[in-house]
Amino acid sequence: MAEVLDAVREAPRQYARIARLWIRSSLSYRTSFAILTLSSMLITFLDFVGLWLMLHLIGDLDGWALWEIALLYGASGIGIGVADLLIGSVEQIGQHIRTGTLDAMLVRPVPLLVQVCADRFAIRRLGRITQAVVVFAWGAWHVEWTPSKVLVALLMVVSASVIFFALFVAFSCVQFWTQDASEFANAFTYGGNTMTQYPLSIFPIEVVKMLTFVIPVAFVNWYPCLYLLDREDPFGFPGWFAILPPLVGALMCGIAALAWRTGVRRYTSTGS
Amino acid sequence: MLYVAIATRGFRRYSTYRAATLAGIFTNCVFGVIYSYAYLALWAQQPDAGGYDATDAVTYVWIGQALLMTVALWGGGTTDDLAERIRTGDVAIDLYRPVGLVPWYLASDLGRAAYHFLTRGLAPTVVGFVLFDIALPASPTAALAFLVSLVLAVTTSFAIRFLVAASAFWLLDQSGVRMLSGVTALFLSGMVLPLVIFPEPLRSIALALPWASYLQTPADIWLGKRVGLDLLAALGLQVVWAVVLLGVCRLTVSAATRKVVVQGG
Repeated sequence: MAEVLDAVREAPRQYARIARLWIRSSLSYRTSFAILTLSSMLITFLDFVGLWLMLHLIGDLDGWALWEIALLYGASGIGIGVADLLIGSVEQIGQHIRTGTLDAMLVRPVPLLVQVCADRFAIRRLGRITQAVVVFAWGAWHVEWTPSKVLVALLMVVSASVIFFALFVAFSCVQFWTQDASEFANAFTYGGNTMTQYPLSIFPIEVVKMLTFVIPVAFVNWYPCLYLLDREDPFGFPGWFAILPPLVGALMCGIAALAWRTGVRRYTSTGS
Repeated sequence: MLYVAIATRGFRRYSTYRAATLAGIFTNCVFGVIYSYAYLALWAQQPDAGGYDATDAVTYVWIGQALLMTVALWGGGTTDDLAERIRTGDVAIDLYRPVGLVPWYLASDLGRAAYHFLTRGLAPTVVGFVLFDIALPASPTAALAFLVSLVLAVTTSFAIRFLVAASAFWLLDQSGVRMLSGVTALFLSGMVLPLVIFPEPLRSIALALPWASYLQTPADIWLGKRVGLDLLAALGLQVVWAVVLLGVCRLTVSAATRKVVVQGG
């Protein structure tokens, strides 16, 4: 037991050490690094301009004003941004299997998940988080805050990251079975992010049920934001769903850990 | 004949990754569903936005998903190989081949595009048709013109991607420029939002730029929004951009070979 605790304590330090190396490596192509940082900011910015142009045309989307959508957008963006920064590299697992670098990782005295996630750590992804924070802050400016709303908002942002974290890991595990299917995970990670940028009331109830009980990305921002905005749930789900995100996050992490263990146990080297 | 052979190899090379293709189709469909509902909500409030009705809008979404990989909107395709070969210095071998650098990579990219069109283009379209009852091409002429427009779209996108890859002659690493170019393409092709519903003057500007060729022009042809002389004008603009950009590619290659020292090793 003590060993397990030691390993957990060690992990962030080991992660940081690998990440630092990658930051130094990315700085060696300076022009590229500068342009990459700029464009990762621009990409999310233009994404939001798209929403803004849409709202500019119709005033509100299904009864949601732009600042309310900004709140949804910001929360989801921070969630996936943080998850992507810290562990987005797990998507490359198939590549590691194919090229055999996973074998080298398995014999090093650092947990495999830490190595895979810290690999190619890209500090430029901070650009995306910054943009999401700005949009979120703008939306939050309009909210009538109470202490309990502040708590729900904090839990929302942290849990959003945790939920996306679990989605990244769980769906990347598919690659232990089919190495070149990395794009499959995108449907759930980036797809989940795109879906939660809109008020879920634009989707039919079957879709929303799926997003609540099967791939629970609705907890990333939808239920907490309904509470922050004093809105009734258009589908009649109970108001206490707003405080469930931490629980959902923990549950998802459990599933992701299980998927990861199963995948690693199943792994047999390509032998090349 | 040589170019056909190169294109065939391009086609076959990409067809090796079956699971990747299936995963990609699945992802395209998920995004197709998301954007369909978003656009349906938009067009429910503004039923004739941009001269589209709700069916046109949803059809536009699925054409977008079908063309995303075909025109390699994000970047990628054979020009990524070129950038890597410039970084490693292998491009020296390409340069002494008796075939121009531009036509060689263009042929190979057209082969890739053909594969992506037949798989990642057709499959989501069928799914969109089943789920959302999207519109088929407005007429046989529209269908034919759509295919012509698509070839021009791939060529235009190739030329831009080639220029991005060629930036590695000077920067060694294309990834920054590649991403910036992808972001620009995403927005100005109409992938984020159809260009026709952009407010003026942004709309007219975007429609005149080469990126309109990627999605907005082929989609409008499919939907029968451009007919007769207007159709010819649409294709004409695509031809002009394709030719101009390929010309710039050639100039860039000759500038690069004169000025740049190939990475040795």
